[in-house]
Parts: sequence; C-alpha cells; structure tokens
Amino acid sequence: MSAAATVPLLEVKGLEKSFPGVRALSGVSFDVRPGEVHALLGENGAGKSTLIKIVSGVYQPDAGEILIDGRAMRFAAPEDARRAGVATIYQELLLFPELTVAENIFLGHAPRASGGRIDWRAMTAKAEALLASLDIDDLAADQVVGSLSVGHRQRVEILRALSHDARILIMDEPTAALTEADVTRLFAIVRRLKERGVGIVYISHRLDELFQIADRVTVLRDGAWVGARDMADTNAAELVQMMVGRRIDNLFPKIAAPIGAPVLQARGLVRNPTTRDVSLEVRAGEIVGLAGLVGSGRSELAQVLFGITPAERGEIRLDGQAVRIDSPERARAGGIAYVPEDRGAQGLVRAMSVLHNFSLAALGGLSRLGFIDRAAERRMAEAGVLRFGVKTSSVDELAGRLSGGNQQKIVLGKWLANNPKLLILDEPTRGIDVGAKAEIHRLMCELAGEGVAILMISSELPEVLGMSDRVLVMREGRLVAEFDRAHATSQAVGAAMMGGDDPMERAA
Amino acid sequence: MSAIPVPRLALPRAGIFRRFASQEALLALAVIGLAIAVGFVNPRFLAYRNLADILLGNAYIAIAAIGMSMVIISGNIDISVGALIGVLATVSGSLAVAGAPTLVAWIVPVVLGVLVMAAQGAVVAYLRIPAIVVTLGMMSILKGGLISVTGGKWITDLPQGFHLADLNLLGVPMPVAIMVVATALAALWMRYSASGRAIYATGGNAEAARLCGVNPQRTVVMVFALHGFFAGIATLVYATQLRVIQSTTPPGLELTVITAAVVGGVSILGGVGTVVGATLAAILIAEITSALVFVNISPYWTDSLRGGLILATVIADIVRRRRRASRGRRI
Repeated sequence: MSAAATVPLLEVKGLEKSFPGVRALSGVSFDVRPGEVHALLGENGAGKSTLIKIVSGVYQPDAGEILIDGRAMRFAAPEDARRAGVATIYQELLLFPELTVAENIFLGHAPRASGGRIDWRAMTAKAEALLASLDIDDLAADQVVGSLSVGHRQRVEILRALSHDARILIMDEPTAALTEADVTRLFAIVRRLKERGVGIVYISHRLDELFQIADRVTVLRDGAWVGARDMADTNAAELVQMMVGRRIDNLFPKIAAPIGAPVLQARGLVRNPTTRDVSLEVRAGEIVGLAGLVGSGRSELAQVLFGITPAERGEIRLDGQAVRIDSPERARAGGIAYVPEDRGAQGLVRAMSVLHNFSLAALGGLSRLGFIDRAAERRMAEAGVLRFGVKTSSVDELAGRLSGGNQQKIVLGKWLANNPKLLILDEPTRGIDVGAKAEIHRLMCELAGEGVAILMISSELPEVLGMSDRVLVMREGRLVAEFDRAHATSQAVGAAMMGGDDPMERAA
Repeated sequence: MSAIPVPRLALPRAGIFRRFASQEALLALAVIGLAIAVGFVNPRFLAYRNLADILLGNAYIAIAAIGMSMVIISGNIDISVGALIGVLATVSGSLAVAGAPTLVAWIVPVVLGVLVMAAQGAVVAYLRIPAIVVTLGMMSILKGGLISVTGGKWITDLPQGFHLADLNLLGVPMPVAIMVVATALAALWMRYSASGRAIYATGGNAEAARLCGVNPQRTVVMVFALHGFFAGIATLVYATQLRVIQSTTPPGLELTVITAAVVGGVSILGGVGTVVGATLAAILIAEITSALVFVNISPYWTDSLRGGLILATVIADIVRRRRRASRGRRI
C-alpha cells in the first residue's frame, strides 16, 4: 500500500457548509486513498456528520470541491454519490426486516430475467458469491433479516454497498452497538476490503479502535479542520488535545471565590445504564468541571441530578438535607437550575417572546392568585436582558429570532432569575462566539462569587481547566478521577478521559 | 430579580405596526370589510335581523372554538367536540323533558363535558397516545352511542324555562353575551395567568417547559378539561335555542370549530394563537356562509370556501415560519 503515490479515491477540498445560524463546516479538506482506512475524529457537533452527508450527496456544500479519482464531481442527490461508488453505512441500519439477506442486498437492483421478472436464482447465487468473497460463513442468503443480530445486519449493509460496486465506504460509528466478537469480525471484513483496494472513511469515538484499524486520522473541531496524522505517528493524548481544544486562550480569567459549605452532596447515584455509582460534592462558590468524552455519561448525570431521569438508587443532599429529586419541578423547588446542552430542543421556547422565556422558570414567584404580575415580569426580563447583555430589539422579540449566543444568554438568565443554589451547566459555551463565551465565563465567576455552587460540563478542555476549582472526570458512567485546580493539566485530565491503559501506553 | 440590582432602562416595546398587523386585527377588518362589500351588492344583508341571526346562530361555534384554540395551542387537537356537543344537547334536553330542574338540565352537560374531555386529556398526556387518535375514537363512541341509546328520536315539548338562549343580559341576547364574556375571560386568562402561559410553553416546546417546572401532562389535562367546559357552555347556547333537539350530532361541527381556531391564527403546530382570533374567525366564517345567500351563490360552496380558507391560513402560517427560519439571525 504505497498509498502516497496514488491518486486519492476520494478527495474533498475547502468544503464550506452553513445552516441557518450555524456554520457546520468551514474549509475542511480530506482524502482517502485506495486500500486505506481514514478515520474522522471529533466531538459531537464537530462537523463529521455534515462532512459525510456532503460526501454521500445528502447535502450540497456551499463551497469547495469533491473529487473522485481526481475528477471533480457534483452530487445533487445520494443517488449520484452511489453511482460514483460512494456508499454510506449509517448508525441506524436501513434494512427491511421482513425481507431476506439476498433481497435486502439487491433491493432496487435485483438481477432481471426475461420480461422484467426478478431472477431469484441469480440473485441468490450473487448474494452467496458476495458472502463467500468476504469469508462470511455464518450468514445465509435466504435468512430473514429481522431475525439477525446487529452485527449480522451490519454485514448485510456492507454487502449491499459492495453489490453496488462501492469503492468508497463510509462507516459512521460502526461499532457503537456491536459486541466484542462482532467488532473483531467487522475488523476482519474491513481488512479484507482494504486488500481489495476499497477506501474506507471510519468514524468512531473509540480511540483504541482507531489505533487497531485506521491508517490515518483527520480531526475536526467546531466545523474546522484541526489536523491530519498518520496513526503510526500519533498517540491518544495528542488526538484528545486536537479534539477538545486549543491551549488555554481568549478565556475570561477565573476569579477566585471564597468556597463555603457543601451545597450538593450525592452518594452512590445509579441510573442504569449511564450512571453507575456516582458520588460527588459541590460547594458554595465552587465551580466544578465535569470532563469526559461524548458518551461518558456526563449529561446523563446532570439529568439525574435535575430529576429528568431520576436516580434509581443513591442519595442526594442539598445544604445537608436529604432530598428526593424525582422531577424537574422538585429539583427547581430545591434550588437547582439546569441549563441543558441542546438549548434549541430543551431550553428555549422559540415561538415565545424573550420576555416570556425569561419569566417561564419563575412564573410561580411572579404570580399572585394564578395571575402574572406583568410589571414585575417585565422588570425581571429587562433586568435580565441588560445584565446578560442579550442583544435584542426589545423583550417582545421572539426568542427564536436571536442568535445562538443570545439564546444561550436567555436560557442562562431565565434560570438565574430563580436565584438557584446549584447551577448545572451542560456545555454552556458550545457553538457561541468568543465574545459571548467570555461574557458567560464572566457571569459564572460572578455567580460563584455570590455563593452559587456550579457544576459545569464541557467538552472543551481549556474551558474545564480554565474555569474549574476542581475537575471531575467521567468515563463509562463512573467518576474515574478528580483533580484540584493546581493538578488539573490537560495531559492528566486527557489521560483520565481516555482511560484504559492501552492508548496511554502509546502516549508514553 | 436577583442579587445584583439593575437600574430599569426602558427597552422599546413591540412596535405599533406589529400590534396592528396581528391576525386578530386582520380578521376584524375582514369581518367589517366583508359586511360592507356584501352590503353594496345586497343591502338587506346589513339588516339588523340578519346580522343578529348570524351572531345568534353561530355564537356556540365561537364558544367551542375558545376551548379548541387552547387545545391546539397546547400542541394537541380534538375532533370529538362535535359529537360531544350532540350528546350533551341530548342529555340536557332529556333532563329538561324528564322534569329535572332547569338548573340541573343546564349544569349537568357542562360537568359531563369537563369529565369526558378531561378523561381524553389524561389518556393523551399520560399514556402518550396522539390526541387525534384518542379523540377520533371518542368521536365514534359518542356518535354511535347517541344513535343507539336514543334510537334517533327527537326531543320535543321542551319546558318553557329551558330556553336560556332566549333570555337577554342587559339587553344583549344571551348567546352573544355569553360569547363575548367567555371570549374576554378566556383571553385575559390565556394572556395573564401562569396557567395560560404554561399552555403556550407546552405547545411551543414541551421539553423546555418541563425543565422550567411546568408540568406538561397536567397542563394538557387542564386544557382538555377547559375545552370540555367550553363545549358544555356551547351546548347550552346551542340546545336552548332549539324547539326540537335532534338526537344526532350537527354534521361537520368539529371541522367548523377547528377551522375557526386555525383561521383565527392558532398555529396547527402549537404554541401560537389567541382565543380572540378564534372567536373573530368563527364570526367571519358564519358571515361568509350567510353572505353567499345574499349574493346569490349556491350555499353548497360553503364547505369549499371554508376548506379554502383553512388551507390558505395554514399555508400562510407555514410560509411565515419558513421565512422566519431562513432569515436566521437578525441581530
């Protein structure tokens, strides 16, 4: 595989893609050579999905080129990409459970006999040939797909791609739902495809897998190209560094606040399968950073603490008092505020005005006999708009019309109107511009100074390291490490996030 | 609001223009404009008797549309309301004929309406079954049950005191008075009460509402119960106008009520709309129906026109949303 000399099978140059209000990709370049596995790495929202959707013809780029065998292509529809030899295997497999393996493979392009009838015998024979070509002996052409395991179904999808003579295979988190044994078999198939000169784009969060199967890796962050490496020349620590952020820069400097009594004490929280025996403490005036990779259970822990998915076991104390938090209402009453990660879906009512969004979490306190004190409501919202620097023409503007950063400020402000004791922030600055980010960091410090206990989830290591008095690291639903501010270095925290001695040995 | 006092600065309020460009203002203009236009073609349209008939005969639709608006704003729908009004009218008339005190004949259907609708709301909210399925089932149960139980017999010989709709309140015919009072109270409640706000929040983004401490399930049950209350009141206005109560449901009533809500500016996607708009739209639809007669267009066109109106409104709503979305960041 002296790949360097050959023309890449697939190459994209300078891809740009924006959605209303979001820049999903800016200037991303990437290529795959024959017989190569090229991994795409990045946190959620880094632009991986957008990139593969452009390559497979689902989206059209705003700018940039797609080259197949060095020739510029324009994919107006997924059909065009397929014809050019690009096949995508998504996380959710797109199979028909009532049909057989052979029927699924050849759906839409079954071999025909005279008169347009489907040539069943030829179809079965071709399916068997495909199975044999990959040494798959535990799958038969006439099995009904609905009865198969996830690993088997995935193989059927791969066969379907090959039946279209796909030369470029995009696999989106192929191992996410697989058992250990299935992963091994998948890798065997991937190696076989490499031998046949198929180029594979491989997306996964599991770094140890990438070291097993990938030849090169490209890292994306916030829609931008961060870097590409040969797997042989890199290590887990470097990749995490590339994924989660630059060195500490343009952050609001943390102001130390006096740290008081514990506000939140949680012991042995369990919520299967994502929260497994978590104990933690957050004190008044303290900012605790919660680090971890996507899927490590950070957001899920936040939702347990806020009663959205209440703990099945364990104890929560607020200000030393044991409390039962089994609904967001209870959590709110107990003085907990939660600013969710997905503010679009969870935090904001876009069809409501800024005014009404601000007061939504405080309606109880603003109402007398069930009716809202409108003057107080307006005062509160206007004070919030000024305090949080929300840029809006008036508080009567619809919240959905503001920019992402301004929406985030409303969500934050809405919660703070309740004077919470404990503030849980999930990715408080994701997807907002630098100015708004510094603004939010300033606010966090201000709140800590007022004695609010803050638990902050962030995928940006610099943010975690810069803002936190203490850093907790989560992995696979457990808290695996704790660092105080002095000892929280990106090396140490990154290593704890990755866990497993495997990749870190490479790092050493 | 918080520990840090902030001086109150005057931020501008919504512009005058935007307030006047609202759906309610458009509808009010349409109601008046149509009356004038039809009056030119046929001055008899503007006769007091005719205008009064339009309002008296359709006030119950406007009243039912109040509750329907709340249901749709909360992100749900109800298609059982027509059948329910039919059943409640029969219950009310039967009680009156059987010699029950007039007050009982008036109150029982309202209570029953609340119970039936609250039960549907509970199924929608707690069993998470789409409202269209639940209310479709209820519509069939009510329609079938009504025919089976009554055998299609008409209720006649209603006692004198039963006819609430014949009374006047301060010189205003009762149906119109009830319509105006109910609309005004509901509008104030929707706009200024915490519960009203919860309805908008639930319909706009149930997840965000839940995180803010609104209980979307309870809100949905409440909305349906209120809808049942207004359906009960609508029944009173409707049934006590009649000398004979047919034991059937008024055909297409649920669609007329839904049309009034949607044409009144209630977004079929939830979260947006007002009850004032729904009442005005109910009046507009009744006016159009009547106007057809006066300008010599076959009344058979009524349904088509109503359909056109609802499609035009929904398309306008969707287009408006799209444009808003694609405009993206304004600031």
